Amino acid sequence: MWDKKKLEALRKEAAAWREDYRAATAKHPERMARFSTVSDQEVDALYTLDDIADFDYEEKLGFPGKYPYTRGVHSSMYRGRLWTMRMFSGLGSARDTNRRFHYLLKHGETGLSIAFDMPTLMGYDSDHPMSRGEVGKCGVAIDSLADMEVLFDGIPLDKVTTSMTINPPASIMLAMYIAVAEKQGVRRDQIGGTIQNDMLKEFIAQKTFMLPPKPSLRLIVDTIEFCTKEVPRWNTISISGYHIREAGSTAVQELAFTLADGIAYVQAAIDRGLNVDDFAPRLSFFFNAHIDFFEEIAKYRAARRIWSRVMRERFKAKNPRSWMLRFHTQTAGCSLTAQQPYNNVVRTAYEALSAVLGGTQSLHTNSLDEVLALPSEHAVTIALRTQQILAEETGVPNTIDPLAGSYFVEALTDRMEAQAMEYINKIDEMGGILEAIERGYPQGEIANAAYDYQKQVDEGLKTIVGVNKYVSDVETPIEILKIDETVEAEQIERLKALKQSRDNDAVKKALDGLRGAAEGDENMMPHIINVVKAYGTEQEICDVFREVFGTYRDPGMF
Amino acid sequence: MAGKRKIRILVAKPGLDGHDRGAKIIARGFRDAGFEVIYTGLHQSPEQIVEAAIQEDVDVIGLSSLAGAHNHLFREVLRLLKERGAEDIPVFGGGIIPDEDIPKLKADGIREIFTPGTKVEDVVKWVEENIHPRG
Repeated sequence: MWDKKKLEALRKEAAAWREDYRAATAKHPERMARFSTVSDQEVDALYTLDDIADFDYEEKLGFPGKYPYTRGVHSSMYRGRLWTMRMFSGLGSARDTNRRFHYLLKHGETGLSIAFDMPTLMGYDSDHPMSRGEVGKCGVAIDSLADMEVLFDGIPLDKVTTSMTINPPASIMLAMYIAVAEKQGVRRDQIGGTIQNDMLKEFIAQKTFMLPPKPSLRLIVDTIEFCTKEVPRWNTISISGYHIREAGSTAVQELAFTLADGIAYVQAAIDRGLNVDDFAPRLSFFFNAHIDFFEEIAKYRAARRIWSRVMRERFKAKNPRSWMLRFHTQTAGCSLTAQQPYNNVVRTAYEALSAVLGGTQSLHTNSLDEVLALPSEHAVTIALRTQQILAEETGVPNTIDPLAGSYFVEALTDRMEAQAMEYINKIDEMGGILEAIERGYPQGEIANAAYDYQKQVDEGLKTIVGVNKYVSDVETPIEILKIDETVEAEQIERLKALKQSRDNDAVKKALDGLRGAAEGDENMMPHIINVVKAYGTEQEICDVFREVFGTYRDPGMF
Repeated sequence: MAGKRKIRILVAKPGLDGHDRGAKIIARGFRDAGFEVIYTGLHQSPEQIVEAAIQEDVDVIGLSSLAGAHNHLFREVLRLLKERGAEDIPVFGGGIIPDEDIPKLKADGIREIFTPGTKVEDVVKWVEENIHPRG
C-alpha cells in the first residue's frame, strides 16, 4: 500500500531510531525487563508504518457496515444511535428486582438485563435442598411464571428489550417472557431481547451446567429453530467470551474459544436442516472488556473480521446480516479489587472506553462494589453515569472507529486474528469444540493461563494497584447490599401456595407432552411454553430434561 | 518435611456457585508446594464434601465460595463433620466473604478465611504453619 522508495527510507530511519533507543536505554534502563499486555503479549517500544507495510485497506478494514466489518457493523455507528446501556440486575425476589428495573429505567438505562440467582441458573426451584442459602443471593429467584409476572410489572415488553443471562434453563425463561408479553397483549413477534443460551462456554468456563453436551446442544438448536419462525426479533444465543476471560484466559483464548463455539452452533443448526441465512442474523456475541486497553480494542476488531470471513467463506452465508458479529460487552469483574474499592470506578471507566472504541452494541459497566456483593443503588448509579459521561461528554462516539490506521492497533488486530485462527484450526483438527471440550483442551489452556497470571501477580511482575503495589492500611468502608435472609422463606411460601392453587392436572398433562417431545425429536419449545402457561415450575421442566437426558458432572480438573 | 507424611488437603466447592478459578489455582498451588491435593469439582453438597473428607482421610478442608452462600454452607460442613465424629478435621475458607461475616464464621469453628488479593503462597504458608498430618 506504501510507495516502495518511501518505505525503504522509512525503514532506515526506523533502524536509526532503534539505535538511539538502545543507546538511551543502555544509559537509563527501561522500567521493566519485558513489556507485555495483561495477556502476556509482548509489546514493542514503537510501531511504525513498517509494521503494517503490506496492509490492504479494503481487505483488512472496509467501511463501517461493510464487509469485513472491522470498523463496525453499522454504517452510522454511534452517530445514529448510541450503544444500549444495559445494566445486569437481579437481587432477592422478583418484587425487589422489579423495583431496581424501574429505578434504572428512570435514570436513563435503555435496556434491561436480568441476573438470576444460582438455583434458577441451575434449574432448581427455591425449595430444593441444593438451593438452601442461595435463594436470591446473586440474582433474582424465578420459580414460575408467577414470579416473571411480578418481575415485569409495569414494564411494557413491546417498548423495552431484555437480556437474560441464563443457560441450561434459557428456553424456560424465554417461554416465561413470551407468556408475560402475551398477557400484556404483546405478540411474540413484537418482543426483542437475548437469551444467553450458550452451553459450550459453560463446560469450558462458567460451569453452570445441567445436561451433557449433546442434549444441551439439541435444546439450543430447538430454541434457534423456534425463534427463527416465531420470535424473529429475538437473539437466540449470546455466544460468550466473557466467562472464558473471567476464568483466567488470555484475550486471544477468549476470542478463539468464543468463535469456535459460534462455529459449532452454526454447524449444529445447519445440521438440523436450517438455512444459515435464516438464523445467523440473530446470533449475538458477548465479550469481556479487560483492563489492557489496546489489546481489548484489537480483540473486538479482530472478532468482527474473523466472524465475517467464517460466515461468508466457511458457511457460505449470502445475507450480509449473517456476516455481522454484533456484541454486548461487560467490563471485567475479575479486574476489580476488594482493596480500595473506589479505584474500581476508574478501572471500569477505562474498560468501558475500550468497549466503545471497539464498537460494542451494548454495555454493562460494573459497579465499584461488585467484587464484594451485588451492587447497591448508589454504586450502580455511578456505573450507569460512567457510560452516560462517556456517551455524552467525552466526544468519543462522534466519529467511527477512531483508532483505525494506528500502527499499533492495526498490528495488534492482525496479531490477534492470526493467533486466534491458530487455535481455531487446532480445534478443527481435533474434530470441533465439543471434542476439544471432552479432551479438556480449552479448560486446560485457560487454567494454565490463569495460574501463570496469578504467579506474575504474586511475584509483582504484573501490578494491581492496592493489591500488590500502593497498598494502603486505611480502608474506606463502603456500603454493601445485603440480601435479606427472609427472601428464601418467602419464596418457598410463594411456591407452596402456587402448587396448591394451580390446576395440577393441566401441569401434569403439559409435562407429559414435554417428556414425549424430549424422548422423540420434536421441537421442545412449544411444550415448554405449555408447561409455563399452566404455571409448571422451572424445576419441574428441568427434572423432565434431567430424567430424559441425564446430567453432566464436573470432571474436577485443576 | 523429611520423614513426615505429606499433608492431604481437600479443596472443595460447596453449593451451586460455579466460580472455580480461585479453587483451582489454590489446588494447583498446594500441589506445586508438595501437598497431596484432592479437588471435589463443582456443585458439591456439604454432605458430599464431608463424605469425601472422611473417605480420603484428609488433614484439612479448604472451602471456596464466591456467590454469597458461605454462611449457610460453611456452617453446614462444620455441623456434619461434628455429626460424623470428624470435627478434628480443620476447615478454612476463601472467596468473597464480607468482613463482617469473618469473625462470626471463625467463632463457629472456621479456622481461617482468605479474601480476594491473598497470595497463593500465603495460604500455603498458613496451612504449613497451622495444620499437621493427623494420626
